Amino acid sequence: MINSSSDNVKKLNSINRRMFITGSLKFFVMIGIVSRLFFLQVKENKKYLTLSDKNRIREWKLAPVRGEFHDYFGNVIAGNFEAYQLHVIPEQVEDFRYVIYRLKDLLELSDNEFKKVLKKKNEIKPWETLIVSDNLSWQKFSKINNHLYDLNGVKPVISISRNYPFKENFTHLIGYVSQANQDDIESTQAIKKNFVPGLKVGKVGLEKTFEEKLIGTNDIERYEVNAYGRRISQLEFQKGEKGKTLRLTIDTEVQKLANELLKDKAGSICVMDIYTGAVVAMHSSPSFDPNLFVFGISQDDWQLIRNDPMKPLVNKTLQGNYSPGSTIKPIVALSALENGIVNTSFTVRCTGKTEMYGQTYHCWKKKGHGYVSLRNAMKQSCDTYFYEVARKLGVDKLSETAKKFGLGEKVFGDLFDIEKKGLIPNTQWKKNALGKGWLLGETIITGIGQGYIQTTPIQLCLMTAQIANGGYKIYPHIVVDDKAKDQPIDKFTPLYKNSKNIKIVQDAIFGSTNEVMGTSYRSRIDNPKYQFAGKTGTAQVKKITEEERELDLKTFQIPYEQRDHALYVAFGPYKNPRYALSVIVEHGGNGSTTAAPMATKLFKLIIDRHKIRESLRNKKYLEI
Amino acid sequence: MYQHTRLTTNRLGFFQKFRNFDYILLVCILLLGFISLATMYSTDGGEIKFHTKSHFTKLAVFTLMMLVMSFINIKYWFSIGYLAYVAVVGLLVGTYLFGITSSGSQRWINLYFINLQPSELMKIFIIVCLAKFFHRMKLENVNSIYTILTSLIIILLPMGLVIVQPDLGTAVLIAISGIAVLWFAGINYKYFIYTILGFIISLPFVIAFLKPYQKLRVLTFLNPDKDPLGAGYQIIQSKIAVGSGGIFGKGFLKGTQSYLEFLPEKHTDFIFTLFSEEFGFVGSAILLVIYAIIIYRIVAIGASSRSYFAKIFCYSFGAAIFVFITINMSMVLGLLPIVGSPLPIMSYGGSSMLATMIGFGIVMSARVHNQQLIA
Repeated sequence: MINSSSDNVKKLNSINRRMFITGSLKFFVMIGIVSRLFFLQVKENKKYLTLSDKNRIREWKLAPVRGEFHDYFGNVIAGNFEAYQLHVIPEQVEDFRYVIYRLKDLLELSDNEFKKVLKKKNEIKPWETLIVSDNLSWQKFSKINNHLYDLNGVKPVISISRNYPFKENFTHLIGYVSQANQDDIESTQAIKKNFVPGLKVGKVGLEKTFEEKLIGTNDIERYEVNAYGRRISQLEFQKGEKGKTLRLTIDTEVQKLANELLKDKAGSICVMDIYTGAVVAMHSSPSFDPNLFVFGISQDDWQLIRNDPMKPLVNKTLQGNYSPGSTIKPIVALSALENGIVNTSFTVRCTGKTEMYGQTYHCWKKKGHGYVSLRNAMKQSCDTYFYEVARKLGVDKLSETAKKFGLGEKVFGDLFDIEKKGLIPNTQWKKNALGKGWLLGETIITGIGQGYIQTTPIQLCLMTAQIANGGYKIYPHIVVDDKAKDQPIDKFTPLYKNSKNIKIVQDAIFGSTNEVMGTSYRSRIDNPKYQFAGKTGTAQVKKITEEERELDLKTFQIPYEQRDHALYVAFGPYKNPRYALSVIVEHGGNGSTTAAPMATKLFKLIIDRHKIRESLRNKKYLEI
Repeated sequence: MYQHTRLTTNRLGFFQKFRNFDYILLVCILLLGFISLATMYSTDGGEIKFHTKSHFTKLAVFTLMMLVMSFINIKYWFSIGYLAYVAVVGLLVGTYLFGITSSGSQRWINLYFINLQPSELMKIFIIVCLAKFFHRMKLENVNSIYTILTSLIIILLPMGLVIVQPDLGTAVLIAISGIAVLWFAGINYKYFIYTILGFIISLPFVIAFLKPYQKLRVLTFLNPDKDPLGAGYQIIQSKIAVGSGGIFGKGFLKGTQSYLEFLPEKHTDFIFTLFSEEFGFVGSAILLVIYAIIIYRIVAIGASSRSYFAKIFCYSFGAAIFVFITINMSMVLGLLPIVGSPLPIMSYGGSSMLATMIGFGIVMSARVHNQQLIA
């Protein structure tokens, strides 16, 4: 025996002592592990449970359903329709090449469109949806449905999309929607919040102004996903809210007539309720079909619209700065009466031209009007009379009255970001803007609405409405129930010093339309139900030289761009007025021959529809 | 000089051996096997697929092997101690020369019927070898230079062969197995203290020599949130899985982290994470208790063995298994850097299970032949 028993005992003592140490160590380490487990699983459980849910649950937002636009009578003028779309999820397709070529044949895709689809396919993950076509015709859609047996993984989908049933009728008013871009997302909170790829948002007009109300909220699908982002199962579907539907004060019938009247012409027609400020029609011509923009306009269509010399992209009602021409005369007359410069018996002798400050100023009538009083001058639109009145009045007093009646500032406030202010000049303005002193000659031409003065068609309409209603302030609006605009605190603030003066001007305008020698006499309606009063205007777009004056050319003999703008403002029915309108036809020649006859047709329709409109009115307005 | 007369004592019959079995240990091992099968079934997504089938086969074969081993007298295990060590070193050399490379590391050797990872076997056979080495040694010789150098060579040789694979994790575990034997053999405390001090001092230099991915692991461990989708991903996802399990777990087959594939390496190193997510704190505690009972039985068998070899093997094996378990759990719970060490029996992987079962087999043999003396 080599191992002595004493050595054995020592060895056993040693190993047992060390086993005891090891055992104790193990015990403590074990406690450490258990406390770590306790910490993670019991104490911090909530935190990790949240993290685990964040890992596995992912939300998919679907495009919200956009609110609609209705006209005053509840007709849908911007609605939603079911677009037939074709979706493919590439990973669910066995033979992608076969399917995509088959689709190309069935849909008759052009090579260009086909390339676009393939490019899109390469940009997305294989389990994401590839939209092959976003707006199929019913024929093609049903054709695809018939061939589905051999198109594995192709999904025909019905999706909600914007539709403008009246096409070009409301384009400038409502605007249109199109795919949201980076700017839209950054500038509007509601778009950012509800954004999904392919979301369509308002680009111009009311569609843009009321984006936040119209957009609605997303449907939200919650899916359980795996670590690679693949959907495993749907956990929840949260229905979104449809956007708010806005009812407008517009009458589609009148709007359609306005569109018809201005067909193939450039110009604008506005119709307004003179007591409520409700805009009944507002059209700018030429227009275009807003439906073209919903799924992205084609290059050809875009070029056609962009290069049209009549500028369909410009909203002439709000953006068009025009010289008001003779349509400013009621304001000049009113201002002179209010300031006590003239009275009804004040007369001026018109010889066809007058010399002032070394300049010759012509009346439109070469032979002259002879002796004219205010009423006659207005009726025959005598320029000489208003030269004299303006001279005596001075531009500063004139501009004060003009501004009071709504000229020179935005009619709709910030409702349309494109709206122009126009320009009502005065001496101070010229000094500030041009750094020159005001010339008296400039006052004189301002008196017939030429020179620096510029107005938009909607301003002229408002001006006429406020004269027609007896000289009270109104607040034009387009959207019904737009509370801020519907309940002005200072309702029916008088704009006049003496209501008699308004009556005098109204009467003079009446004469202009309804009496022999009146400039728009030929457009009158004798039936008192429809009888209206209006003032013509012919705005020069360039200075007429003496030579041209001698030639006395007819409108059709002048090149289009140099022809005068034809204007007309009117209100009716005369006995108990309710509506005011303004018509502008760009390069239309003469206000009395081009613009005034349109008013005749408009008043017939507007007044016929008044009863129906009145029956829908839910608010009482004070009679004045 | 050696006398072998005592070797003939205590010849046991088959049924006597059967009666000597440690049934508590056996039941615990079988229970662990069952749990591991259920967990493997869950990693396969609640279906019997490749991993479950393969794990079951290995479990069945190796459990049977363990039972057969327990009938073989402990003195035979003693006698093959050096031979087995040399054989496994040979396999490691073979692996170095003709090994199979997988994910950047040459760890496996093709033995025609099985792809073996010899480094796993070394975790056990280094204990057998060193236990034999110290078996006959007198206590006063244990701390001699010769003994210490020899035992260091025995440890460092396989370590070096594993490090070059490269597989630092397993090399460290082999070292721990070896050091456990040295500890129980009675190497002076001061050497352990010096080693620990030396290790701490040299740590910065060691880190400087680490491979970039190993350095990344250490850095990630220190701050996993720095790169949550890259290097920190595994540890963050593992902690989320364990933490979200709560007290009672998400339920069997309902671990979202695992079946939605957020959890990496869920079959192997992170099997405990999956188990913990589905069975919660209570389940994890029960699993820990089973492991604790197994380790306790191993130690108890060592204590009741008459031979010094059996004693030192059981103690060392118990300590090594304990360290393997703690390292794996600490790693998945975010207490240690990711080193790539399987959880014994639970993790998928044949070599690891084979090594563990061989260990259990020898322990069981020591139990059955606990009166056996080895000269």
